[in-house]
Amino acid sequence: MEQYLDSTLDSVDKAEELVLGVAERAGFGEEELMKIGMAVRESMVNAVAHGNRYNRNKKVRFRVQRNGTKLTVRITDEGEGFDFGNLPDPVAPENLLRGSGRGIFLIRSFMDEVQLRQLDPGGTEITLTKYVTSQ
Amino acid sequence: MSVNLKTRQVGDVSVVDVEGRITLGEGSSALRDTIRQLVANGQKKILLNLGDVSYIDSSGIGELVSGFTTVTNSGGQLKLLNLTKRVKDLLQITKLYTVFDIAESEASAVRSFT
Repeated sequence: MEQYLDSTLDSVDKAEELVLGVAERAGFGEEELMKIGMAVRESMVNAVAHGNRYNRNKKVRFRVQRNGTKLTVRITDEGEGFDFGNLPDPVAPENLLRGSGRGIFLIRSFMDEVQLRQLDPGGTEITLTKYVTSQ
Repeated sequence: MSVNLKTRQVGDVSVVDVEGRITLGEGSSALRDTIRQLVANGQKKILLNLGDVSYIDSSGIGELVSGFTTVTNSGGQLKLLNLTKRVKDLLQITKLYTVFDIAESEASAVRSFT
């Protein structure tokens, strides 16, 4: 499945709904569905708000693929990118009381594999992978 | 509406009943506005009842932290009540569970304010 979504918060809801449909059919349990849904929400928020900055002329490319027990979600924005190799650790004592900066941390906590890639000439792509395990 | 917040007074404690989703956008900004308004009105004891929160994202968690900081910096106390499993799990993952003062009973929470 592939869709080009507007840079709006409505697209965040839509992406979550789309991925949960695929993940449920793939056999993920309730707890795993919650994690997948939240990882996709956080990734979409990053793409829509931080990447595309709600620019109506920019789209978010959203892809979901199921291959056996493997679910892959790929979200690509058209933003200017960010230095994801140098993100502050949100659970370090000195960062605990920060009002933001937990999104990528939660995504990594909830998915089995997470890859971030800077695109040329612009944009950021995040690839999320989760495997169905016997419940 | 994604979130509904109602504030009531129990003695000198402002109890905010939060219902719905605390997510980026309307949900987190409504929570921010409510806490800031209480602080602006001089309230020093604020109890957030999260028992009917169906969903919270990183923006919502950030708003809880910012609210905690705002209230603390004004010389007040902000405590949490009735965490759902989902909210509790998220606070544990983000190591915020020990930052907040968390209660399971409103009566004991109200009494615990100093």
